Amino acid sequence: MIAYLIRRILYAIPILVGVNLLTFSLFFVVNTADDMARMQLGMKRVTPEAIEKWKQQHGYDKPLLFNAHAEGISKISDTIFFQKSARMFAFDFGSSNDGRNVAREIQTRMMPSLAIALPTFLIGLLIYITFALLMTLFRATALDMLGVSLCVLLMSISGLFYIIGGQFVASKLWHWVPISGYAGGLDSIKFVLLPVLIGVMGSVGASSRWYRTIFLEEIGKDYVRTARAKGLSELRVLFRHVLKNAMIPILTGVVVVIPLLFMGSLLTESFFGIPGLGSYTIDAINAQDFSVVRAMVFLGSMLYIAGLVLTDISYTIVDPRVRLQ
Amino acid sequence: MIYLLLATVLAAALWIRKRPHLVLPWQRVAKGSVGMVSLLLLSLFVLVGLLDTMHYRAALSEKSNGQTVYSAEVLSVFDALAKGIKSRSEKTYSAPLAAYLYAKESMETSEGKILRDYPRLRYGGAHLADPQRELLGDVLKRTGIGALEGLLIGVLLIAVSNMLFHFFVKFRTVWSSAGREISKDNWISTFTRAMKNKPFKALLITTLLIAMLLGITVNLAAVYHVLGTDKVGQDVLYLALKSIRTGLVIGTVTTLVMLPFALLLGIAAGYLRGWVDDVIQYLYTVLSSIPSVLLIAAAVLMMQVYIEMHPDWFETSAARADLRLLFLCLILGVTSWTGLCRLLRGETLKLRELEYIQAAQAFGVSSSRILTRHIVPNVMHIVLIAVVMDFSSLVLAEAVLSYVGVGVDPSTMSFGTLINSARLEMGREPMVWWTLAAAFGFMLVLVLAANLFADAVRDAFDPRLNRT
Repeated sequence: MIAYLIRRILYAIPILVGVNLLTFSLFFVVNTADDMARMQLGMKRVTPEAIEKWKQQHGYDKPLLFNAHAEGISKISDTIFFQKSARMFAFDFGSSNDGRNVAREIQTRMMPSLAIALPTFLIGLLIYITFALLMTLFRATALDMLGVSLCVLLMSISGLFYIIGGQFVASKLWHWVPISGYAGGLDSIKFVLLPVLIGVMGSVGASSRWYRTIFLEEIGKDYVRTARAKGLSELRVLFRHVLKNAMIPILTGVVVVIPLLFMGSLLTESFFGIPGLGSYTIDAINAQDFSVVRAMVFLGSMLYIAGLVLTDISYTIVDPRVRLQ
Repeated sequence: MIYLLLATVLAAALWIRKRPHLVLPWQRVAKGSVGMVSLLLLSLFVLVGLLDTMHYRAALSEKSNGQTVYSAEVLSVFDALAKGIKSRSEKTYSAPLAAYLYAKESMETSEGKILRDYPRLRYGGAHLADPQRELLGDVLKRTGIGALEGLLIGVLLIAVSNMLFHFFVKFRTVWSSAGREISKDNWISTFTRAMKNKPFKALLITTLLIAMLLGITVNLAAVYHVLGTDKVGQDVLYLALKSIRTGLVIGTVTTLVMLPFALLLGIAAGYLRGWVDDVIQYLYTVLSSIPSVLLIAAAVLMMQVYIEMHPDWFETSAARADLRLLFLCLILGVTSWTGLCRLLRGETLKLRELEYIQAAQAFGVSSSRILTRHIVPNVMHIVLIAVVMDFSSLVLAEAVLSYVGVGVDPSTMSFGTLINSARLEMGREPMVWWTLAAAFGFMLVLVLAANLFADAVRDAFDPRLNRT
């Protein structure tokens, strides 16, 4: 188990390097360091000296990938790419273009993101699985048909509709909750309520249908027939046997997402004006702040890989037959 | 390029027709009413999209030296068909089927006094003398006439196509079997026999309903703005119909970009294994570990900067908008092949251990031949299912991306830009709801039809579903 974990973590390193290389080249294929400097200093009337100075201050005065003038190992290490990305592995994200520390920004913005994402995830999971199990219970009846039709209808509606419609109805018509914004502490509940609700609504169709297919696949298996033959009630069969055995496919889809909850949701956060990581990323992309975008991408892919490892570990918990080597 | 796509689909259809084992699943699709109805709706959307794709530039005048001068504005056949609703623009917002403008304006009355009131629309309901009294009656009358006309055309259409089908069948029986008994059906009995077929009945009802709806719309659109007008007075119905093309292009071209990557790499990884597999796995893990929205946003913004830096590349802003659309498809395609690639790799890994592949290998059939003759046809059902399933999610994604600001060019008409321009209008009093409603409504119908059709295809092709 330990050996497996170590191997997985070692395997993650080349992937993270690849991710960095990709974002790096995406950024610098079209933008030169000069452009970035000009953008930061104001588009017009910038002296070449000022550009040079900015580049020196922010460490962009080196060759991009390969330094032909340097000696030995520093041929590779004395470049923008190496200087900027090697420190990421120690969670040192440097500072954004306006001089703030990215790591600290991320820390303060994590909480609002989590406050939205975690309840959405948990409540959503509960609702989707219950709904799917109910549909499975009434399978091949009119009720099931109705449920599935409802799911298809719900998943055909654009997510934007839920957000715009929800904001309109709950905040403007009924004045339940403020339209957007965020506050710390207990006050946050009224700000969080609507985004969470809309987040759950937004994927109820697709998710419930997906869980229903999983359950339906399980229900055709032999052990279910045995359980029924023993005289167990259908409810008991579903909740005790089918649910447990459907855990593996469920976990495959679910556990990967857990670490990514930290990243927040780009769409919801920018709509509801929540100062989380999602809106931070969007702002950074719009301002072409390379350090922040790269830090977020790095964080995101690291969390994704962590999610994959977590998935494997969770298999061993629900299914004792699975051994990690 | 769109025509190339259409030709490919037709060629594939002809190719499939000759192979009975491939025809079977499609027949299964044809037996479901839901699938056929959604297919009908989809093809209607495709028709609008195709009409909108046939571009031309109107000839303005012919010079003395024989050179024709073309207008700068690129039009499509659809624009020509919808010339009426395109050119009749008002000053600003107006509600659906309204005769008055949304905002009050100062007007001079005949006695020279200044009066602030809602002015009459330039076109909407302009034929009415006193809209306040006559509007409802006129709308109802036109709805009635439109419905009747539509019904009539629908019935006519069905009768003609039934007749054609009847003669086609007869012709084929005469053609193929000289000695066999020729059926004594006349075209009415062909029809009654077909009516016993459930999907045919559903199709018939849908056709009639659509024809009625079209009749009503055409009749009303002649003198009103059926879905109101937007901020600069453009007819919302026209905008919504134009958006269909963008949605379809995103849905199909992206798939086209994605397919070669997924097919080639997925099958290569599964079949060749070894270091090829490692490299490809590394590639798609890297790509899929970056949150997709981030990757798309980053790539699109980069592209935007690039286009802005080279403004001299494009003759017209329309060309730039089209290029942006194409780039967006490219980016979406490059970022979304990983899922299908993983599926294909898994399936190929499974297939290559099967006996018939091993037999082929033992006979000394070359790898490339095994891949093209044995593996590719056997993973095609996965590809097909993935393609139809992806379509609807791509249409939805376009709206979200355009909304975030990393989607199509703001001058391109799409559902995303439509929603984006309309969302701030919700705050007005009285509310301007019709633009949003139109965009969401059209999108819902398109995506719903695509989803239902995808389900029908999946049910027919998925070998895991056992049927009797």
